[in-house]
Amino acid sequence: MTGAASSARRRLSSFLLARPRLALAILLAPPLSWLGAVYLGSLASLLVQSFFTLDDYTGQVVRELTLSTYGQLLTAANLDIVLRTSAMAAAVTVAAAALGFPLASLAARHARGRMRALFYLGVLLPLWSSYLVRLYAWKLILAREGVATWFVQRLGLLGALEAVLELPVVGGPSLSASYLGMFVVFVYMWLPYMVLPVQAALERVPPSLLEASGDLGARPAATFRHVTWPLAFPGVVAGSIFTFSLTLGDYIIPGVIGQSNLFIGQAVVIHQGTAGNIPLAAAFSMVPIAIMAGYLAVARRLGAFHAL
Amino acid sequence: MSPPGHPVAVRFDGVVRRFGDVRAVDSVNLEILDGEFFTLLGPSGSGKTTCLRLIAGFERPDGGRLFLHGADSGALPPYERDVNTVFQDYALFPHMTVEQNVAYGPMIRGVPRARRRRLAMEALEQVKLAELAARKPAQLSGGQRQRVALARALVNRPRVLLLDEPLGALDLKLRQQMQVELKALQRQVGITFVYVTHDQEEALNMSDRLAVMRAGAIEQVGAPGEVYEEPRTWFVASFVGASNLLTGPVALKLMGAPGAYSVRPEKIALHQAGAEVQGGGDRAVLDGRVVEVAYLGALSRARVEIEGGATLTVVLQNADAGHRDVARMQGQPVRLSFRRDQVRALEATEGAPA
Repeated sequence: MTGAASSARRRLSSFLLARPRLALAILLAPPLSWLGAVYLGSLASLLVQSFFTLDDYTGQVVRELTLSTYGQLLTAANLDIVLRTSAMAAAVTVAAAALGFPLASLAARHARGRMRALFYLGVLLPLWSSYLVRLYAWKLILAREGVATWFVQRLGLLGALEAVLELPVVGGPSLSASYLGMFVVFVYMWLPYMVLPVQAALERVPPSLLEASGDLGARPAATFRHVTWPLAFPGVVAGSIFTFSLTLGDYIIPGVIGQSNLFIGQAVVIHQGTAGNIPLAAAFSMVPIAIMAGYLAVARRLGAFHAL
Repeated sequence: MSPPGHPVAVRFDGVVRRFGDVRAVDSVNLEILDGEFFTLLGPSGSGKTTCLRLIAGFERPDGGRLFLHGADSGALPPYERDVNTVFQDYALFPHMTVEQNVAYGPMIRGVPRARRRRLAMEALEQVKLAELAARKPAQLSGGQRQRVALARALVNRPRVLLLDEPLGALDLKLRQQMQVELKALQRQVGITFVYVTHDQEEALNMSDRLAVMRAGAIEQVGAPGEVYEEPRTWFVASFVGASNLLTGPVALKLMGAPGAYSVRPEKIALHQAGAEVQGGGDRAVLDGRVVEVAYLGALSRARVEIEGGATLTVVLQNADAGHRDVARMQGQPVRLSFRRDQVRALEATEGAPA
């Protein structure tokens, strides 16, 4: 009985071993059908929806291909949303890179053993708790009566904070109701996604390359410019893909922190939910995809993927 | 150009370098002369690479002083030393072409583009790689990368060139060829070469002088012939080539005084048992029995157990003997002899077989 079963198993094994393509097909069928049907399929339907339009009188979706929905994107109010979101995504990405790079090089070059474990814990620990918990914690931290204001006050810099909040665009009644506050929270949320790829890229740079550069006469700054940065650049691009696209698509943080002006994610929620304008929501959803495609094309031209 | 009166390129003056509790370089005193091919020879962990890194400036001495061309340089960073390195892993910049790699030093020094291009191409021609200038390092073989690393260092015309086991990753034929080329190149450019290797044959073949290192200290410095023929310690005798150690009653009987002695296998003549050995008092004569014999093509190696229990290794030219003659020696009684002046009294026998 067991003998028969085991010999059947053995026959199956040798059958599959002799046909590696079949074995591969069996293994890949579930993930590929997920990717094909569920993921790419819904993306395609999103794309198609964005070329439909909403009949203003009936409130019904007109299932005819047209560019008029994309035309609506170009109205001043909607264009504002796109530009505001893109500017925030760009600022967050630059800040995450500027803060993340030194952290990543500390971990890649200097931290060993226990220090390294602590580093990973420090970077990843925030991701273990809920995004919403952390977001609302930040709302309290940045509130007018919050710990951030208190701390600035203790430093005797309350005047400076108030001057910053007076500034047009970035300012607001309090940190938690300003774009500055939103920026801080975005950078906090996405920093790990920048640090980890940059660290991985830096770890692949052999220390002997840095020594060779110094040996050939380069001071540390020149070594950074000519050796470290070009070799870590793919990691920075990988990290920036995360920070940029996560900021472009997020609809919760702009709803909790900052001012009432909409971001792309919020516009998508409003148009497909309350307004029932699925085509416009779909068109808005295509914006981050288009921006990311353009971004990757530029990164490619800059040679970000040469070292991959 | 070394100023007159300063023929010393590199001087270690009681240099110490510690890693934790380990003294990787332990009070080393050493002088490397301007223009010579100097080799640091030793097993892994003997401190030879740390010595090289001290000269390059990648390590700072924890004690003692390091002079480059007469100037106290222990605290200078690598980019302020007139020294270039060929790294063991070559350390070529993967994102640059071969030409950009070679032109890196001139670029850093601010040499204009056209001129540094010409310098790079000249250096690449010197190592016979000019036609590969547009390639990336990943598209080169190990031997080609090694040459690029050499060109990248030499293009700067350093006063001292450091080479950290540069041939270690190459196969035997290529390694032998590169040994010849490196030596020729060194004569041609006249730069001081400081070469690190664990390969005693490489060291003997290429060096003007060499230092044998062990456990962070220098055991012996000298020309290859001196070090080979006159080893001071058992470590040097056994690390540079192979040797036989004579101690105890055997040594006393043969040499007339107690102590430890070394005699090279090729210095021992092997005779038929009972044969009359010419040379009288100048030659030591021993009787024994061949316990093991290995045929190595040009040579054969026999291990002979002598009276008193010691075993000596003897290397024989296979001049008249064929492999069948060699095989017949197994188990035969033989007589050995060697000139007493070929025997070296050793200072210390640490690490010697009991």
